[in-house]
Amino acid sequence: MQFWIIQTLNSIAFGGLLFLLSSGFSLAFGLMRIPNLAHGGFFMLGAYFGATITHFGGNFWVAVLGAGLGVGLIGILFERFILRRLAGNVQGQVLVTLGVSFIIADLCLMIWTGDPWTVPAPPSLRPPLLFGGFAFPTFRLVVLGIALVTAVALYFLMDRTRLGAMIRAGVDDMEMARGVGIPVSLLFTVVFCLGAVLAGLGGTLGAPMLNAYPGLDSDMLPLALIVVILGGAGSLVGAFVGSFAVGFLYNFGIALFPDLAYFILFLPMVLVLVFMPQGLFGRVPT
Amino acid sequence: MKRGAIVLIVIAAVLIAVPLVIRNEFYINLASQILIYALLAVSLNLLLGYGGMVSLGHASFLGLTAYATILFFTWGAGHFTAAILAIVFSTLCGALFGVLALRATGIGFLMITLALGQIVWGIAYRANMLTDGDNGLRFPARPSPFGIDIASAPKFYWFTLIVFALALFVIWRLTQSPFGAALQGARDQPRRMRMLGHNVWLIQWFAFVLAAFWGSVAGLLYVYYNLFISPHAISLQQSAEVLLMAILGGASTFTGPIVGAIIITLVKNLVSSYVDRWNTLLGAIFVIVILFMPFGLVPGVKQLWARWQRPAKKVTVAAPDKPECAP
Repeated sequence: MQFWIIQTLNSIAFGGLLFLLSSGFSLAFGLMRIPNLAHGGFFMLGAYFGATITHFGGNFWVAVLGAGLGVGLIGILFERFILRRLAGNVQGQVLVTLGVSFIIADLCLMIWTGDPWTVPAPPSLRPPLLFGGFAFPTFRLVVLGIALVTAVALYFLMDRTRLGAMIRAGVDDMEMARGVGIPVSLLFTVVFCLGAVLAGLGGTLGAPMLNAYPGLDSDMLPLALIVVILGGAGSLVGAFVGSFAVGFLYNFGIALFPDLAYFILFLPMVLVLVFMPQGLFGRVPT
Repeated sequence: MKRGAIVLIVIAAVLIAVPLVIRNEFYINLASQILIYALLAVSLNLLLGYGGMVSLGHASFLGLTAYATILFFTWGAGHFTAAILAIVFSTLCGALFGVLALRATGIGFLMITLALGQIVWGIAYRANMLTDGDNGLRFPARPSPFGIDIASAPKFYWFTLIVFALALFVIWRLTQSPFGAALQGARDQPRRMRMLGHNVWLIQWFAFVLAAFWGSVAGLLYVYYNLFISPHAISLQQSAEVLLMAILGGASTFTGPIVGAIIITLVKNLVSSYVDRWNTLLGAIFVIVILFMPFGLVPGVKQLWARWQRPAKKVTVAAPDKPECAP
């Protein structure tokens, strides 16, 4: 019983983290029509930035913000100076993001070495929360809370603001959106940067659970891809549902069938791609 | 045509003479490696260049064959049987992967192949019972086909060269055949091809199976060369490297992937012995090639050559077809 409750809670918390990772990824995918294969690298950079800031005595929340801003800046530069040059060449753009992901992974290995960096959770959140005879790790609940707040904020952004309406228009029909005067190419930068910021924040928030280590990027990128394929590119609801579904699949898969964990993860993705290419909540065929 | 034949004979003579001229075993082995990767890149290019389908999981066929060869051999099959069974197994996997991946086009195809490649990698990495995980599997010794010993570096090089030449000839004939034309038609004008009564799906699926088959042959050579396979050899990075070989050399040409394989393998081996920042360099080459040389080296050099030969006349070389996926 204890096992199931703990694993369920871990799955939910991990799902929240995955939402931070994949919501921006999904929006950028829906709008720009490309999966940013460097997104796992952004997440890892966020983790390393956070680890560095806390290492030099910075407050954890300052580290989270710093990582978000730092990675966001990198995202803007990447979009403006590399992806922008390949506008219209979808295939080239994907391959470039792949090339950049290799560069990020290797430079991280060079700067932060091969040993994992730990990030301690803020001291006030370290004691577990006792509830009905069970001890819940407080920090994970806080991460889940942050993810939920982010989800609500993103929902309002997308559903209630002018910017959100423009992004939705771009996702649904880019040519028509351009035709009515929506600055779609500016939106590309905004959405790509938003995705990078969220990945950076998520990287530091996840670091107390996952640590920052070489290979974190290639562990997280497939998860983001699966979330987006399950949920459908460009769909916030899809990213939300997909994140928690993958959180459960991943956690229970690792705990119950460690040999087949990857198989359990990728099989639903392949099945959805094959039978519902638009994803469960998708607007755009991938 | 006659000049082409002479060039071909000269190239063949040079290739055969490599181990006689270069006595250093390291460089002979490097040459074998180049041939193996060139075959892998050429097989991938059936999909990429001729079919217009970007696959990010091609290294999985190399891995499937390599693992299957070792497993069948340890389960008691002879060298020859193990090799045949492994290639059949890997090609059948390719047939299945093709069915799944061809449900989508463009980016969807790319992502399904990536996912399938990761599944194969994940099984190799996690299924310890079968694959010994990260440690990889060893193959006891190279076979002696028809009683000829190929254990030494020069002899293995010649063996690889024979297989490579045969494979290249068959693939080349294939690209020149009506099937090759149909495949390129399916790439450029899928709707028109359907109108003309061609089964576009079947053409592309068959190309996928063929690519998987020749990739598997490269995998067999790989496992004979290294006598070892580990999940590292089938990672996403490996698939990306093969893709880069084809793009760097020029996916729209037959020889491009070979040139790309030569350059990438040389750079990788030479750079790796001085610095350990190969991945950064790989990523940088990727970005630079896609930004500044989207058609690759071979078409670019051909264009320069044509301009240099007839400087007076204004030569307009038709821009090579972009290896682009159907929208």
